[in-house]
Amino acid sequence: MTDVGAAITRAHREEWARVVATLARRYGDLDLAEEMTAEAFAAAVERWPAVGVPSSPGAWLTTTADRKALDRIRREAKRGAKHQEALMLSDAPEPLGVIDDDRLRLLFTCCHPALAMEARVALTLRLVGGLTVPEIARAFLVQETAMGQRITRAKTKIKVAGIPYRVPSRADLATRVTGVLTVLFLIFNEGYLASDPGQEAVRGDLTAEAIRLARLVRDLMPADGEVAGLLALMLLTEARRLARVSAGGELVSLAEQDRGAWDRALIAEGHALVRSRLASGQPPGRYQILAAINAVHTDARDVRDTDWSQVIALYDQLAALDPSPIVRLNRAIAVAELDGPEVALAEIDRLPLAGYHLFHATRADLLRRLGRSEESRTAYDRAIALTTNTAETAYLARRRNQLATP
Amino acid sequence: MAQYLISVLTDSTELADEAEMAAIDVFNEQLTADGHWVFAGGLGMPATATVIDGRDGEPVFTDGPYLESKEFIAGFWIIEAADLDVALRLAAQGSKACNRRVEVRPVLAE
Repeated sequence: MTDVGAAITRAHREEWARVVATLARRYGDLDLAEEMTAEAFAAAVERWPAVGVPSSPGAWLTTTADRKALDRIRREAKRGAKHQEALMLSDAPEPLGVIDDDRLRLLFTCCHPALAMEARVALTLRLVGGLTVPEIARAFLVQETAMGQRITRAKTKIKVAGIPYRVPSRADLATRVTGVLTVLFLIFNEGYLASDPGQEAVRGDLTAEAIRLARLVRDLMPADGEVAGLLALMLLTEARRLARVSAGGELVSLAEQDRGAWDRALIAEGHALVRSRLASGQPPGRYQILAAINAVHTDARDVRDTDWSQVIALYDQLAALDPSPIVRLNRAIAVAELDGPEVALAEIDRLPLAGYHLFHATRADLLRRLGRSEESRTAYDRAIALTTNTAETAYLARRRNQLATP
Repeated sequence: MAQYLISVLTDSTELADEAEMAAIDVFNEQLTADGHWVFAGGLGMPATATVIDGRDGEPVFTDGPYLESKEFIAGFWIIEAADLDVALRLAAQGSKACNRRVEVRPVLAE
């Protein structure tokens, strides 16, 4: 890539959200903000190769997008007095780009609880992440036109229903931050374990985008423990990405992974975040506990070195916050390592998770370890029937076929 | 300021009981005191509805609601609110007061 090409790519990564957010605040119109930002980047692609990369690409892009927005509003104002209000608003401009919080406002607007979850995900990827509509459509295996409509409908609702462009009030902040983190985690998880059988099992593009967005949120809300927790959780999971799927496209379990293939830099960064949260002395939330569990796993150079009692203690802490059977299922997996498969199986069999593939996969594994092959085979069959991820299916089928035949 | 319609959804012919009426009164007073109040009312059952089509010559009257459904609108508030966040907060209080689900829709500005 040429230097100019690299500069444009970097500017897109670093400045897109800021430009959209600044324009959205100035004009109170997400549509306009998105379109003019896209046009400013198109102008950069056209002009920077000829005139060189400006010393401050962000300022150049914001000014260009802003000028295009003003032109658009003036043009439309001539057609009708309807746009007079917007024009008046822009005649008393606020200074450009000084409030970094604009990106935070944008994020809270995109993740507003009055929008459908799939719309929140799409809007966040488009307006904050700067992904194109075709890119988002591909990521979620939705037709481009359908994805475009989803985004347009969401923007219309924001405008007509009056979803505010601001950071929520103190009373709502904690739940709204949780809402933003849910969207980011959903994006990450879709990349981590794609739910669609037509997709690659692990999608680095989506996990990378989720991490980028989580880093941004962390920059904007450095004091929030759960933001740090989610970023740490993503980093420690991403660190194992290459080791998680074999060359043959089969999921590799944590115990079987080549730990030398883990990304040490990501692990170091994740561990540092977890340590800083521990040092804060504040009670951890869900993501911080999940990050801590992953820190214990990634701390062990060999699976036999895993501190299982620490893992169980953390799951107990998590169960106190979230008494869901899935948490108890995961706890039981650690119990199997510490107290043996029989104890774990007794705990698992009480859980109401008959529709969850990992429940059956876990049972199958415990039954296999107890030498109860026939029951194990039945459990593997159920797990396979409920799984949609190709790598997981391959893994489960191999384990099933390794069972002793009667 | 924008206006929002808060519709009260129900699938039962039971009217609000005494405790619900009392809670609704408290909520209404709060709406008035905080400057959100525009209008509110309870509605007769769907069976009392008449659909009128006056688009073409003599109006045609049809007995019953335009849409037969299990759930229907039992009452409504129209409120003034700065934005949807405020409207949602008030709607949550209204839902609690009348002990039913509600739906919020913006009244279109000119």
